[in-house]
Parts: sequence; C-alpha cells; structure tokens
Amino acid sequence: MIEFIHNIQNSLIYKNFFLVLSGLDNTLLLLLISLPIGFILALLFALGRVSKITFLSRTIASYIFVIRGTPLLVQIYLIYFGLGSVKFIRESFLWYALKEPFWCGVIALTINTVAYGAEIFRGGIQSIEKSQVESGLSLGFGKFLLLRKIILPIAIRKVLPSYGNELILMVKATSLVSLTTYMEMTGIARKIMAKTFAPVEAFIAAGILYLFLNFLMVQFVKYLEWKYNPHLRLNN
Amino acid sequence: MFKFDKLVFGDAGWGDEFLIATLMTLLVSILSMGLGLFLAIITVWAKIIQNRITRFIANFYTTVIRGVPELLVIYLIFFGGNAVVMSIAKVFGYNKYIELNALTIATIAIAVISATYSSEVLRAAYLSISKGQLEAAKALGLNKFSIFLKVISPQVIRHALPGIGNVWQITLKDTSLISVTGLVEIMRQTRISSNVEHSPLTFLVTAAILYLCLTTISGRVFKSLENNYSKGFTV
Repeated sequence: MIEFIHNIQNSLIYKNFFLVLSGLDNTLLLLLISLPIGFILALLFALGRVSKITFLSRTIASYIFVIRGTPLLVQIYLIYFGLGSVKFIRESFLWYALKEPFWCGVIALTINTVAYGAEIFRGGIQSIEKSQVESGLSLGFGKFLLLRKIILPIAIRKVLPSYGNELILMVKATSLVSLTTYMEMTGIARKIMAKTFAPVEAFIAAGILYLFLNFLMVQFVKYLEWKYNPHLRLNN
Repeated sequence: MFKFDKLVFGDAGWGDEFLIATLMTLLVSILSMGLGLFLAIITVWAKIIQNRITRFIANFYTTVIRGVPELLVIYLIFFGGNAVVMSIAKVFGYNKYIELNALTIATIAIAVISATYSSEVLRAAYLSISKGQLEAAKALGLNKFSIFLKVISPQVIRHALPGIGNVWQITLKDTSLISVTGLVEIMRQTRISSNVEHSPLTFLVTAAILYLCLTTISGRVFKSLENNYSKGFTV
C-alpha cells in the first residue's frame, strides 16, 4: 500500500498536476475580470440591439455579426500582435494595457463573450410576453422601473441555461490566451511538455483541472437556476 | 500600418498563398465535419441501444471532450497521436518510426471535437421522431437497414439540419486552432506572412475577412438546404 502511494507520488501526472495547478490563479484571474464585465456589457448591448434607435441597433448587430463570424484566435491575435504593431497605439496610454498579454487576453475574451451574451439576452428579452410589460405599464411603471423589475429579471431567468453554456465556453476559451505567451494552465502544460518530452502526461494533468473547473461552473449555474427559477423546482 | 498591396497574386504578394490556405481551411473543415458526423452516429447509437457499458463510454467521451479546451485536445492528439499509432503498429510487428502528416492529425483532432457537438444534435433529432413511425415501418416488414435508410435518416436530417449548421460554424472556427500543428491554413499563413512583411495588422484583418466570408457563405448554403429539406412542412 505504501509502495503504491509512493508510486503515485513519483508518477509524472502527479508531479505535473501541481505544476499546472500553479497556473490556476492566472486562469481564474482572466475569468474573474472578463466574465462580470462581459455580463454587464452583454445586457447593455442586448438592450441596444432591441431598442428602436435604428442606428444603435444596426451597429450592435454588425458588431455581433463580425465577432461571431471570426474565430476567437483571430481576435486575440488582432489585439495582441495587430494593435501592438501600430505606432500611435504604442505611443499612447493604451500601450500600458496592450503590452501585457494578460490585458490583451482579458480584452479579447470580453469582446467575444459580449457578442455571444448579447445575442442570448436578446432572445430572452424578445421572448417576454407582451402582457407582462403591459401589466407593468398599467401599474404606472416608468421605463427604468419596467426594465429593472420586469424585463431584466424575467429575461435573465429564462436564458440562464444557455448563458451557462456560454460561461463554460469561456472557461475553455481562456486556454487560447496561452498562445500570447501568457502562462496560465495550458501554457504551463506546454512548457512541461517541452521540458520532459512527455506530452500526454502534461496535457492530461491540465485536462483534469479544466474538467474540474467546468464541473464547478456547471454546479454554480445549476444553483443559480435552482435559486431564481423556484417555480421549476421538482420538489420543494 | 496597412500594406494591402502585399496581397496581390503572384511572386510579389501573398494572394495566391492565402487562396490555397483558405482552400486548406475548407478542406480540413469538410473532412473533419464528415468524420465527425460518422463518429457522432456511432456515439448516438452507443447511447440509444440499451447497453450500460456502451452508454457509459459514449457519455464519458462527450463529457470529457466538451469539458476540456479544444486547444488541449489538439495538443494531446498532435503530440500523443504518433506514439499511439506506433504502439499499435508494434503489435503488428512494425517497429519503424511512423509520422502522421499534419492534415491527418488536424482532421482527426477537429473531428473528435466536432463529433461531441454533432452527437447531441443528432440524438435530439432522433428522439423527436415519433414512435409510431418506427412501429409503422416494422409493421410494413422493413428490415433494420431499410428502416434506418428510408424512415429514420430523412427525418433526422430534417430535424438536425439547423443544429448541424451551428456545429459546422463551430468546426470552421475551430480549424483556426490547428495552426499550432504547423498545417498551413489561414491562421498559419497569417503568422508566416506577417513575420515576413512585419505587418501583422494587414494579414490578421485579411484572415478575419476570409473567415467572415466562409461563415456567411456556408450559413447561406445551410439555409437553402434547410428550405429544401423542410419542403411541405413550412407554412
């Protein structure tokens, strides 16, 4: 038995696991900044998309079209390599953020999740029954109160499952930031592979951590659904 | 900032290289979508037959691949694939070094990812076929193969086409990740060109436009396919 534990402790996956774990905070940092900002901006963009101001609605529609039609990798490279090659950006205050691969990753992930999130929230807002809005209006609600008390709560509740999917896609998307030399879990796994020439062990260790992260995310979304959709609970 | 004059065709520019790279992206997407659909059919089959072991394996496969970043799956298959093939070859008594070419590895890697998404779409489409259809087919005395070919697949295709269209878009965008394996598709060509010309912005914008064209055009194609397959069902 002791020998068995000793074998596990000496195995490459076990050692790699803790090395990759040291990149977990960098992965989480990317998510903790880009997800909340992405959520708020996505809501605002969705409201702009369904608004009656044609110019605003069209601009946001084309933004969503471009972001959803191109791979995230292109967006990350455009911000990291593309903007960095422009002279007046290198000389402006923007360079303080754009010279760091971390901030480039945060910006690219936020831009990406806003486009997908806005489209999800638009579906939620447009699926609200007209009678709900009318009853709000008949109670004398103003526009802002209507939004805060009726439209947003119902819309967000309805789209929780699909927004949960988007959150999981974002956890997976953080691995792409490793291609801009940012050392999060995938980046560390690649470094281990280059050092030890044992690719399978390195990437399986990273894969287990990502699976665990996504498992937590699924539980979090399930909890939110349970909390905010009490009428859908099977047993009280 | 921009050097769009470098995009002419011929020796002076990168136009023809980008055309070939775009075709390569399309080729990988189509091949891996096809292989992915084939894998997806097997996965769905493993899930719907009443067998615990096959269902567990299929569920394990879809859960793990969908919970792990695409980039990790590609790295794993790219760096680990050769070793697996070589150990299989060793069983058959072949001891020399085997190297899979980049196109094969890229196709397999993207197919493994896209199959997990396709299988969910196909399973939902299969479950939406009413039981009466299968019973009627059995009552007519059709054998299993005919039931699959003449009753199940036409209906599955009609129900699944919108979802398959989404999976195609995801697959097309995922091919950008296989640039890490060295296969010269749009993203790899972009890196090569921008390193030579010292103008990443030009070529990255070109790449974005090329991907936009590909997704838009294929979106149209799927729309017309949907119209074709839902003849007599739309109002």
